[in-house]
Amino acid sequence: MQQSQIALEKLHDAYRLMKTIREFEERMRSEYQQGKLPGFIHIYRNQEAVAVAACLDMTNEDYIASTHRGHGHCIAKGCEIEAMLLELACKEDGLCNGKGGSMHIADMSKGMLGANAIVGGGPPIAAGAALTAKTLNNGAVSMAFIGDGASDQGTVAESLNLAVVLQLPMIFMYENNRYAEFTKSPKPDGRIAERAGAFGMPAEVVDGSDFFAMYDACQRAITRGREGGGPTAIEAVCNRYYGHFEGDPQAYRDQDELAQERAVSDPIPRFLADPRAAALSAESIAEIDAAILAEIDRGFEVTYAAADPTPDKLYTDVYIHYEGRLR
Amino acid sequence: MKMSIREAINQTLHQEMARDERVIVLGEDVASDQGGVYGITEGLPAQFGVHRVIDTPITESAIVGAAGGAALTGLRPVAELMFVDFLGVCLDQILNQIAKFRYMFGGQARTPLVIRTMIGAGTGTGPQHSQILYPLLAAIPGIKVVTPANAADAKGLLTTAIRDDDPVIFCEHKALYMDECEVPEGEYLLPFGQARTAVQGSDITIVGMSRTAVIAEQAAAQLAQKGVSAEVIDLRTLSPLDESTILESLAKTGRLVVVDESNPYCSMASEIAGLAAEQGFDTLDAPVKRITSPHTPVPATPCLEADYVPSVERVMAAVEETLSY
Repeated sequence: MQQSQIALEKLHDAYRLMKTIREFEERMRSEYQQGKLPGFIHIYRNQEAVAVAACLDMTNEDYIASTHRGHGHCIAKGCEIEAMLLELACKEDGLCNGKGGSMHIADMSKGMLGANAIVGGGPPIAAGAALTAKTLNNGAVSMAFIGDGASDQGTVAESLNLAVVLQLPMIFMYENNRYAEFTKSPKPDGRIAERAGAFGMPAEVVDGSDFFAMYDACQRAITRGREGGGPTAIEAVCNRYYGHFEGDPQAYRDQDELAQERAVSDPIPRFLADPRAAALSAESIAEIDAAILAEIDRGFEVTYAAADPTPDKLYTDVYIHYEGRLR
Repeated sequence: MKMSIREAINQTLHQEMARDERVIVLGEDVASDQGGVYGITEGLPAQFGVHRVIDTPITESAIVGAAGGAALTGLRPVAELMFVDFLGVCLDQILNQIAKFRYMFGGQARTPLVIRTMIGAGTGTGPQHSQILYPLLAAIPGIKVVTPANAADAKGLLTTAIRDDDPVIFCEHKALYMDECEVPEGEYLLPFGQARTAVQGSDITIVGMSRTAVIAEQAAAQLAQKGVSAEVIDLRTLSPLDESTILESLAKTGRLVVVDESNPYCSMASEIAGLAAEQGFDTLDAPVKRITSPHTPVPATPCLEADYVPSVERVMAAVEETLSY
């Protein structure tokens, strides 16, 4: 496989985004455990290389449809940390005015078409975004993030088929973290890509902890989509560090195995140890780390001082225009 | 010009696709030479090309979901859900995705989508091809539900639906497709949430929608011969619902019969009876009568199907009972 060289600026971005996701979510966990954040949150730790490699070459005109484990996808697609935090805390000035929260967060200005609390809900929507790109012939691509659990949903099969039939500029980004909620996947690694490939599209299995391998695969898929070559599937094999949702003790996992998987599947030290990241200096890493922590601190400060939505917001944005009664 | 509902919908699709190149049509068989089961999309692929009139596999979640995603990102799709019964295999995309985009994204989303779908019994198509289901759809916040009863309304309401920036489900009753009436030439729009007073009257109000509006009009004509002045209201859109036209008519007549092809529980008839009880109680001179289909699936056999759907005779009997209360 051809290994692309990555410009220094992109290396910085890749590191910054992966590390931002990591620090953002670790801080989220800690605040959540103190009861300061509402709802359910699903942590993405150790899968950061997938989202960042997937979105690094995308622009705001490209689309992603995310999952319930979507914070990493948002950050990788360029969502602002403060606006995200305000949303995750369900504040008035959040990305979705507090009405979406963690599992429905979206940022249309960034082409982020929403996290999705319905497993398998996103791929048909991503196919529609790809249909827009194809119809307007604007060179944009659309990506659906799909868990290994979601890979069994009928909506995913329907979307794979539609993408092949209509030759849509779409990427099926499977994140195989080997656990569908509490249940270990009965499928061997690679079976998901095999299934996608059977629909008639290029499909490959990639080590999801290896940023550079992921980036190469994503570049191939995105280029294919932009050039009218149709859809691609990538099965990124990775490890889910924490439970299905925050607070899930993972009693169903073998603890020794979990500890070992956690150690070998952390994409960040692996990224830094890769010869292709050699241009990244220790000084710049320290600078980036400090900036990330400062941004997150600032975000939480703003969030905890922010206002809740006013009661009238219950009734707004149901429709753009409605000549009827909402209450 | 006189034309059928089928022709009016076909003409409207032509006009709107010519007017706005973001309008696309997608669904099963829509690009076939026959223009689908009832020829609704006939001629569109020849005029606008198969990149805008798109045949899809038989995968309703993908059709509806992709139409939603395309609407969210800048197109104005008109998707065809061939029979409303197929809601069973794509409800998530309507209920949890499309209907909620705008609200759960805090007003960021714009989803100018029309889902055209065939509803109703009367053609012997049996339990899985004959349902009404519009009350189920009207109960979902975030989508609009439209039920034209004649060709002129079909044109005016479909034009509005395609230009509307919210998701709209456009319900076409298969037993009405060939019904003809005068249809305005050129551009013609009808606002949502404004019912049509199909017949003026003073003794009793009969509310109908889609095919039952036609049945109500037929009943009114027969009642007139018996000296009863019935006012017929065709709802045109179920969501938004024109409550004031119903209540104003009720204030005038004091009596209300609602004719609805839905199954009885949680039907549009129930909704309107509730409205009358809550907001029109003082104006009621008799209990509200609901004429609906029974709490059964739609039978295929024509002899039972004839008893399933509300008939002119049942409406007449309900009116007489209400008047003699």
